[in-house]
Amino acid sequence: MSAVGQRPGRATASLRHRLAERGIDPTLLLLVPGLVVAVALFVYPFSYGIGLTVQPTAAMQEQWGGGALANYVAFFRDPFVFDSVWLTMRLALPAALFNVLASVPVAMVLRHRFRGKRLLTSLLVLPITLGTVLTAQGLLIFAGRQGWINRTLLELGLVDEPLKLVNNYLGVMLSLIITGFPFAFLLISSYLSGIDPSLEQAAKTLGAGWWQRFRRIVLPLLAPGLATTFVLTFVLAFSVFPSARLVGDAMGETRVMSLMAFRAFGEQNDYTMASTIALMMGAVELIVVVAVLGLRSLLYRGTTGGKG
Amino acid sequence: MSDFESLELRGVGRRFGGVDALAGLDLTIRAGEFVALLGPSGCGKSTALNCLAGLLPLTHGEIRLDGRRIDTLPPERRGFGMVFQSYALFPHLSVAKNVAFGLQMRGVPRAEIDARVRAAIDLVKLGEHAKKLPGQLSGGQQQRVAIARAVVLEPSLVLMDEPLSNLDAKLRLDMRTEIRRLHQSLGLTTIYVTHDQEEALSLADRLVVMREGRVQQVGTPDELYESPASWYVADFMGYRNILPATVVSASGGEAVVELPRVGSAGDGGVRLIGRAVGGLGAGDRARVAVRPEDFTVTGAPRVAPASTSGGGTTGDAGSVPGSVSVVEYHGREFAVGVQAGDTMLHARATTAPDVGGAVTLTAPVDRVLVFPESLDAVVVAPREVAA
Ligand SMILES: Nc1ncnc2c1ncn2[C@@H]1O[C@H](COP(=O)(O)OP(=O)(O)O)[C@@H](O)[C@H]1O
Ligand SMILES: [Mg+2]
Repeated sequence: MSAVGQRPGRATASLRHRLAERGIDPTLLLLVPGLVVAVALFVYPFSYGIGLTVQPTAAMQEQWGGGALANYVAFFRDPFVFDSVWLTMRLALPAALFNVLASVPVAMVLRHRFRGKRLLTSLLVLPITLGTVLTAQGLLIFAGRQGWINRTLLELGLVDEPLKLVNNYLGVMLSLIITGFPFAFLLISSYLSGIDPSLEQAAKTLGAGWWQRFRRIVLPLLAPGLATTFVLTFVLAFSVFPSARLVGDAMGETRVMSLMAFRAFGEQNDYTMASTIALMMGAVELIVVVAVLGLRSLLYRGTTGGKG
Repeated sequence: MSDFESLELRGVGRRFGGVDALAGLDLTIRAGEFVALLGPSGCGKSTALNCLAGLLPLTHGEIRLDGRRIDTLPPERRGFGMVFQSYALFPHLSVAKNVAFGLQMRGVPRAEIDARVRAAIDLVKLGEHAKKLPGQLSGGQQQRVAIARAVVLEPSLVLMDEPLSNLDAKLRLDMRTEIRRLHQSLGLTTIYVTHDQEEALSLADRLVVMREGRVQQVGTPDELYESPASWYVADFMGYRNILPATVVSASGGEAVVELPRVGSAGDGGVRLIGRAVGGLGAGDRARVAVRPEDFTVTGAPRVAPASTSGGGTTGDAGSVPGSVSVVEYHGREFAVGVQAGDTMLHARATTAPDVGGAVTLTAPVDRVLVFPESLDAVVVAPREVAA
């Protein structure tokens, strides 16, 4: 029998072995502290938030009906609230798309070695350190009615009255690009450096010009990285709050979802409605992320033949 | 298949930040030739190949194909096939699509592409793997795809950069034969880079031995094997015993040298007579090169020193006393390591001598080559092969 001669002192090795046979790895116990923190800081508040959404205020129930789901009814029925989904999308999608698409050629060019490359890279990445509030402040000074751009244009007589560059859709878009582009650029640069440069050299010797090399070799290998970068910059842009308020038109065309949640919470003291809007924000993001990652899974995702 | 007469490299050079990676490469390659660039890692072989392919711009010299300058053309317009050391297969394309890539770039009609791709894949015996991605193939199979991808275009010139260095020993031998077979059956012109002299000797019609970006010697395998121009080339051609020496006297193509570090200390070292290669005078520092298989191992130490036993190309070069320190079995024969003074000498023997026993090594005079120590003096003009 297997138990014969198996003293308790020797049991640990065989226990570990037996556990492993059943797919249990004791080193996973190391995850416990992390799990505790995750549950305490994320899972519990999140569940609590969901709980709140189905405890609408009496006023809400009276106005929108639907009983416990009154907040959700309000979200979908109240155009002032529901339109914010569209308004946020209108900012986040183009901003993410632009950041990804503009990063590709810049990152391609910056792959090569040339004088001043480090300086240029640093300048491109610098805005990441500024934060959204500082960026908004800068935009106001630079592009406001009395800002340097408008003053210069007026002095030169190129415009008769100041251009409206901030406190509207354009202002927020600029801010999203300034903060999102470096992020996308860094990610795409690292995806690009993961593609073995000898692949392009091979394509060259096979007669492919630069466009064919990009289209047939680099782009397919980069595509999964583009999808990931798009998702990340989209999420970043979707939760835009400071710039929507500071350089946007907070009650008009940049009435984004995070602003609506803040309004419900801060101005109307409706904690449950604020939670509902926050949850719906997450839902919308999730839909976009799943859609993009679904498309990504159709692409080639093996090795890129490089160090990556 | 090669649609040109000759490819000429004139003074081709490439600098990286003030350092010559390749300098003064003169070489004329005829259609159908198999030329190997041989040298240790870092001697500029890949640089030379990349310059030819157009992947690196030249800093000096010019390349002409039948008199037409091509070094100013971008790589995609040169029409050379290249096989990379890392294979550089497109990981997202199937074997068939990898091979078809070049044909598509050239706008070859669909039906012709299909036929030529199939033929190329059959040529490298990968018929049943055509639909697989490169990642699903073994190293040797990937290598064959890389070769098929290059030769399907019927290029005027195929460049191969250490194509076998990532394969294991057995596969390397098989692929070597395969490459030679393809070269001959397709009538390709091939330039092949390697650091492995065996590979170079067995594959090439002509060898170019390089050192620190410069050509040391150009010649057929036979020429290089029999008469290396310097001890550096000799080292590559299987002369395992390369010994520092001082010239005692030199005349009539023969030199008497003293090997200070061979033999017992105090008696001024052993003297040998050898064939002088390059200008040597009394007192010059030299290197003596002997192949292991040219040494004869005899049991009893002989007393007669070289200086008294005299010369003559058929005579003995002299004898080196020593003691056997290693014996390795190599199939038909034994590799014997003989400790002579500070130096370990390599020899071959048909019967195994006793380890620790005293032996004498002798070699015929014309098998002992004496070279000047300095390598910079050696500049060997590329020899044209009689067409
Ligand atoms: N891109 C480069 N930049 C700077 N130095 C290089 C570059 N490529 C090669 N070199 C240098 O040129 C020399 C020859 O390199 P290479 O041609 O790759 O040698 P091999 O292929 O014979 O091993 C080496 O000293 C190497 O360091
Ligand atoms: Mg190399």
